[in-house]
Amino acid sequence: MTINTLSQDGVQRQQMPCLTKMERMIISMQDPDMGIKLRNQRLLITVIPHAMTGVDIVEWLIKKFSISDEEALHVGQLFIKYGYIYPLKEPRNLILKADDSSYRFQTPYYWMSTRWPASELDYAIYLAKKNIRKQGELIEYEKECYNALHKRINHTWDFVVMQAREQLRASKQRRKADRIVLECQEQAYWLVNRPPPGTQDSIDHGPERRTMNTRVQLNAEFYKKEIEHNRISLARNRVKSSICLESYVKYCEQYQPHDPIMQGCLPSNPWITDDIMFWNMTSETVALPTKLRVERWSFCFMELLNDPMGRKEFLTYLEKEFSAENLCFWQACEDVRHGETAKIPEKVDEVYKQFLAPGASRWVNIDSKTMEKTLEGLKRPHRFVLDDAQMHIYFLMKKDSYPRYLKSELYKNLLARAIVPQETKKSVFPFMRRQRHSSPSPALATQTAEDDGKAKNSNSNSGTASRL
Amino acid sequence: MGEMEQMKKEAEALKTQIEAARKAVHDTDMASAAAGVAPAPQVQLKTRKTLKGHLAKIYAMHWSTDNRLMVSASQDGKLLIWDSHSGNKVNAVPLKSSWVMTCAYAPSGNLVASGGLDNMCTVYNLKTPVIKTVKELDAHTGYLSCARFLSDTEILTSSGDTTCALWDLETGKQKTVFLNHVGDCMCLSLSPDMNSFVSGACDSLAKLWDVRDGQCKQTFQGHTSDINAISFIPSGNAIITGSDDCTCKMYDIRADQEVICYQDAALNSGVTSLALSTSGRLIFAGYDDFNCNIWDSLKGEKVGVLSGHDNRVSCTGVPEDGMCVCTGSWDSFLKIWN
Repeated sequence: MTINTLSQDGVQRQQMPCLTKMERMIISMQDPDMGIKLRNQRLLITVIPHAMTGVDIVEWLIKKFSISDEEALHVGQLFIKYGYIYPLKEPRNLILKADDSSYRFQTPYYWMSTRWPASELDYAIYLAKKNIRKQGELIEYEKECYNALHKRINHTWDFVVMQAREQLRASKQRRKADRIVLECQEQAYWLVNRPPPGTQDSIDHGPERRTMNTRVQLNAEFYKKEIEHNRISLARNRVKSSICLESYVKYCEQYQPHDPIMQGCLPSNPWITDDIMFWNMTSETVALPTKLRVERWSFCFMELLNDPMGRKEFLTYLEKEFSAENLCFWQACEDVRHGETAKIPEKVDEVYKQFLAPGASRWVNIDSKTMEKTLEGLKRPHRFVLDDAQMHIYFLMKKDSYPRYLKSELYKNLLARAIVPQETKKSVFPFMRRQRHSSPSPALATQTAEDDGKAKNSNSNSGTASRL
Repeated sequence: MGEMEQMKKEAEALKTQIEAARKAVHDTDMASAAAGVAPAPQVQLKTRKTLKGHLAKIYAMHWSTDNRLMVSASQDGKLLIWDSHSGNKVNAVPLKSSWVMTCAYAPSGNLVASGGLDNMCTVYNLKTPVIKTVKELDAHTGYLSCARFLSDTEILTSSGDTTCALWDLETGKQKTVFLNHVGDCMCLSLSPDMNSFVSGACDSLAKLWDVRDGQCKQTFQGHTSDINAISFIPSGNAIITGSDDCTCKMYDIRADQEVICYQDAALNSGVTSLALSTSGRLIFAGYDDFNCNIWDSLKGEKVGVLSGHDNRVSCTGVPEDGMCVCTGSWDSFLKIWN
């Protein structure tokens, strides 16, 4: 009882796995002994059999699954949205009310798993029946659909009208109660499968894919490119899996203390405690950075460069070493790469004057080959014209200045002065559960006893820095 | 015809050789490499915020680099900019076409973009007194499935017309068109150094492209159905893909092959979206069965589930500071978890 779709290569995939689960529940709800007690329901002057109230549904769910009121109402609501249960009194209002409003189970004939996607032809017949039965019974959007269908499947319209007439004739021969039930079922099916505009369409599946397959021609030209591409690919250098995976494992381990979801964060996660101290302490313009932040600069050169505060510190260090022009050059190149296209020629010219021209005030030391190539490229400046030179200076800094910076007094001092925030605890409510983490942050171990006392005495959420 | 058949055979033969070369360097698997690592704890994340405001399916969301603002796109024809921590809607951008499939926030925070069945990518400026449309990028011949800003002057798009494109936002024209996929491109992800990006498509292949020269550098195969979601890991050395074949895979770029597959016999619905935690250890993957499953990327095991949505989870995102996960769903709600 599941919807299966075959994808292009014949791979079967369950389209909506939730439907199996829903149908299992629906079946047990209809069990004659353990299911919901059904009774007759008066609808105007007719008596509809096998109906239940909203309260019945909710209570049955609560009892069967030991869930809360809210959840039972929510789950019951899903059955209505997906067309397994429908309301009797207000059919257009597809919601579950936990009162004595009447509901019925939809017949398996109209279940999503048996009858999806709804066919256009069936919809046309349904609308035609409505139209024939009582002129003007179609609502506005139904009229529009009807007219659109009339245009689209005009060639089978005779068949549509004939079928509609047949079905109407057959239904007249049924008992009134049966007829009303069948009409209700059919209407409920179409309300789910062709919802009025403005209401949520629970079962729509997104736009069609693979309509463009014809765009790419699998011709000789295509295969020529494929061969070329494969040749280049074959010749490429591949690194051993062991090396790649080892570096991945190392990365995860190194960054774990910096992963708030894995290991929490100090003073507290703003999403949990509603205290934004963390964001204040890690902002760009803070006076003293946190220890974690300064540690991160030692992981790799890009980490240092990506943090504006790190860049500033590094610049200070380089100034002492009289090689600050390297970082300035690198930054200027970044500006060219990511800035406005219109300004590129003038920016590149500026860079040349300041850093590359012979006798320039902030001349950078690039090897002659790269310098020659760059100068040639400057005749026709584009976004990436300074890439080679930038890369050269980047590696220079990475191999030389960066490791020395990490060993310098400047860095070590900052690391020593950096803040380890104290943990803020959320105001303790009796029914609130604490978040769980893999292991407590190292700072916690020494602070916990103190903090416990603090938390009990105060209700405020403000954190404090340990050293300022 | 004979010539084409021959070329096809040659291409296939080369592919076999490539596979052999890949096998040759595959001297270990993730299970062995991560054997010494402690398993991740069973992660229990709770819903911290539910953002209500959309009236129809949410198709996409994207965090701003300031870690608090985010943009979400829904088929009710609106882009909503949220201050997600307070839950306030900062801005609402009405869309010309309500059939939106993607949205993006520029790293600067000045611009947002959206696109969908209108085949166009529309860029809006959030910083003018009234939100203005800056550009309408109109050259794709298929729906826009994903867009990502490189800066305030460049944007990458992927489209159902099987191409990806790099646009210049000042001229509104395509600077580079990336041609190689044979199926609808469904997703893309920019590398941390912004020199390359990867795209996933309905031809079940993921491709690595060089932004500068427009060439397809590498092709990763292994999936058996449409790739709906793709992301670089934080170090930039590997990518994770999520597919309609119900699995996620990690492909290492230097080893040029699949290194691990995240699958579970009990999971038989397609992956719609994915996001990674800061260390790359946890993968948050949204599925068609209304849940978002959490995978331990090193151990290859499911370590948690985010349930609470009433319909497909269509988008997931982790902000830059890694403090939480956001899921957006076809049930019109966004939930923040931690």
